[in-house]
Amino acid sequence: MEYAAALIVLLCLVAFVVVWPLLRGEGSPAPDEGAREELEAAKEAKYREIRDAELDLQMGKLSSTDHRAIDRELRGEAIEILQRLDELERVTPGR
Amino acid sequence: MDPSRKRKLRLVVALGAALILAGALIYTSFSASTEASTPSEVVASAEPGRSYELTGKVAKDSVKRDDDRLRFVIADRDGAGSVPVAYAGVVPDPFREGREVIVSGEMKSGTFVAERDSLVTKCPSKFTKEKTASIGG
Amino acid sequence: MAGVGSACLFAGLLTALYAAAASLYGARSGRREVVVSGRRAIYCLAGLMVGATAVLQSAFLRSDFSYALVAEGSSTDTPTFYKATAMWATQDGSLLLWALLLSVFSSTVLFLTRRSLREIAPYATAVLAVVAGFFLLLMVGWENPFGTLASPPAEGSGLNPLLRHPAMMIHPPMLYTGYVGFAIPFAFAVGALITRNTGADWIRATRKFALVARTFLGTGIMLGALWSYTELGWGGYWAWDPVENASLMPWLFGTAFLHSIMVQEKRGMLKVWNVFLIIGTFVLALLGTFLVRSGILDSIHAFGASTIGVQFLVFIALVIVGSTALVISRLPHLRSEARLDSLLSREAFFLLNNLVLVGLCLVIFWGTFFPLISEAITGTEASVGPPWFNRLTTPLALVLALLMGIGPVVAWRRITPAGLRRALMWPVLATALVLVALLALTSSAERPLAQLMFCLVAFVLAVVVQEFWRGAAARRTISGDPWPRALSRLVARNRRRYGGYLAHAGLVVLFLGVAGSSAFLDQRDVRISPGERFTSGGYSITYLRPTATLGADRAGTGAPITLGAVLRARDKNGKTFLLRPSRNFYPTQDGSKGAIGRFFEGEATSEVDVRWGLRRDVWTAVRPDISALDGPIREANAKFGDASGDVQAVVIAAIVERYRRHAPPATFRAIVSPLVSWIWIGAGIVVLGALIAAWPSPEARLRRARSLYAARLGRDLRAEAS
Repeated sequence: MEYAAALIVLLCLVAFVVVWPLLRGEGSPAPDEGAREELEAAKEAKYREIRDAELDLQMGKLSSTDHRAIDRELRGEAIEILQRLDELERVTPGR
Repeated sequence: MDPSRKRKLRLVVALGAALILAGALIYTSFSASTEASTPSEVVASAEPGRSYELTGKVAKDSVKRDDDRLRFVIADRDGAGSVPVAYAGVVPDPFREGREVIVSGEMKSGTFVAERDSLVTKCPSKFTKEKTASIGG
Repeated sequence: MAGVGSACLFAGLLTALYAAAASLYGARSGRREVVVSGRRAIYCLAGLMVGATAVLQSAFLRSDFSYALVAEGSSTDTPTFYKATAMWATQDGSLLLWALLLSVFSSTVLFLTRRSLREIAPYATAVLAVVAGFFLLLMVGWENPFGTLASPPAEGSGLNPLLRHPAMMIHPPMLYTGYVGFAIPFAFAVGALITRNTGADWIRATRKFALVARTFLGTGIMLGALWSYTELGWGGYWAWDPVENASLMPWLFGTAFLHSIMVQEKRGMLKVWNVFLIIGTFVLALLGTFLVRSGILDSIHAFGASTIGVQFLVFIALVIVGSTALVISRLPHLRSEARLDSLLSREAFFLLNNLVLVGLCLVIFWGTFFPLISEAITGTEASVGPPWFNRLTTPLALVLALLMGIGPVVAWRRITPAGLRRALMWPVLATALVLVALLALTSSAERPLAQLMFCLVAFVLAVVVQEFWRGAAARRTISGDPWPRALSRLVARNRRRYGGYLAHAGLVVLFLGVAGSSAFLDQRDVRISPGERFTSGGYSITYLRPTATLGADRAGTGAPITLGAVLRARDKNGKTFLLRPSRNFYPTQDGSKGAIGRFFEGEATSEVDVRWGLRRDVWTAVRPDISALDGPIREANAKFGDASGDVQAVVIAAIVERYRRHAPPATFRAIVSPLVSWIWIGAGIVVLGALIAAWPSPEARLRRARSLYAARLGRDLRAEAS
């Protein structure tokens, strides 16, 4: 008996929490915010790579020719990410 | 050497190394393993000089300490057969009559003479096994 | 209250099923609110699991023996600490722990990624919900921790005395945190595969979980080794037991995963390898849980087969088949974005490291499952022992140490041979010096493999020190900071790299301890009487006198009777110290042993005494011979079998005192092992390194660095545009 009563109470609680968003409808933030967070994370990672390459050069692990090539490539990729972020800003203005 | 050939070469080397490892694995494990047996099997068909891993239950009232040797009887789980064991070495904490044990050794004229420190007792809480094997290679 | 607990479990099962269904439906139909509903169901699941655990824990702490689990695993005289932690000493309780940890971690990761990973998260939610559902199904259907007894006993069986050790109580939650932690990246990997979103996004979101999981798992393994060393009577820390191996295998795969995801992030390579690794890690984690629970290997002839073995096997098979099918169907999307330029590159070394780790795992897997393999192939069950494991894993460990030395100095994409020479010159020199010192000052040449390991340890440590040195020096040339500040800023701005280096250093220190202690230990087993002495490892050890106490167990485990010895050890320089090993005797409920005898015939544990040292440990254990007390015990059983508790206590005191006065020879084991302490120290350093690597960078510093770079990049952009 205790089991059945507890089960009903618990299921009601869960149902309440879980059905709430369904009733509210489309109440979630703009879909692009997810994309922005991902792009931000990718940008951070790219910056870290650029920094790592510089550190490698300073520590003598990379020759300067190798570093130049790698650095150029990485910056190109970083610029791409920055451009995509800019586009996102234009599409969803106001912050 | 052009890149694709270099890559193929690396692949071949890697596969070769893997094959060697696998070969070493198989060869050494089959030649260094000890066969698991029950008391009735060991009594019936043990070859002298061959090492076996005996598993079973310690029979009731059979544990005797004889100076620094431990003597007890191991029986099959279903009680069908049994064999006396002479053991020297550290005895694990959970060792008790009625408990399941594993011990390695060979048969010598009707008694199972165990390898030193090879006694393993199954811990009754089902959590982990007790071992007294020596460390190091 | 047990009913409430069971209801939590069943409600949890239904909630998990809903979460899976809602997430899948929401993802496929594009209806975000359904996905949100699914996510909230996971939050509810966490709440339910917390509730169920609270109910069970309160039952343990109250010693409520109407719960079958409490009656089985605890007793009124179990100390409170062990009452609180007894839950996971049982099968059912540990399933609940799994479900609790999984639901809490899932809630955390879903909360953190609630706005990002829009496509992947719903599928990850579904996967996590299904796994949680499996564990809940096991509990609801077969192993309910809330089972009650119709007639509760007056006293419980008590926690197995062997487990009454602090390390052993933290060990399961640590291991489970590790196992469960790997479920998170696994779920997101599956989600990434399903949605064909195979970039590095899923990795970035779950990397911290993988790192934390791996660290907890490693700590759990080390705690188990520590327990074995200090609690069991054999003086070793690793026996290549199936249960130990079961936890080591996911650690190896998880470590390989942590390294190779860096390659995918940097170069977009090894995508197939990465998903293979994380699937493998998760499967091995499930296998690890299963091995300990199922008794399939603990016994060679099915000692204690459990009721949930088959279910686990089915689930694991489903996971393997499902994941493999998914990977194969998505192979076109997992193509590498770049190729390996040169063998002298960090990518290549990471790949090598991976191969060695996976190779190690394979060796251990083969050896662990060998009884089943040999039965399948030859028809007879055979097993391999520690010598085989040691023989095959030692060379791989040596190669791993070598890689840990060379890897850090190699740059991404390519390092020139000249650069490599320059980078390795000092470390190699340092190693040569160490080798000379070893040959001149110690007898380590007797064990060439150990000596080789010592040299490799020196090599790796030299490389790590050099990396820190050169990095700080590089910083100083830019910023002109003094040494300490340069060093701290270096580490703070490159946490992952330098945390990783520190972890490498810790691991080789651990290897140092293992090599030293296993190659050069001196073990002696003797049977001596008070006053006699023996030698071991350069120490002269005298058995001074026996000890016998009641209710004064030093370790706080609640043992009524403790018999032991006082030993005096004297080293070569004449310095002495005392050692007090003992043996605790716990009563059994078995009435057939007699009212007095049952205090001597229950479980007994060795309380070892170790003198820790940086250079060597002196480890001692005693096994008092109580057969001489059989006569008095029999008499006491006959005369005082029905006497009151107080009288029986006096009688037992008298018997115990008799041992102290007329002690027969006792068996001692003394082990002198060099460098053992470095194993624990090394493990601590690894954890420190992992902490540094995982520590989130403070926002402010990041923003500042970001804006500096953004400005520079902006300038470059303008320069390129014009």
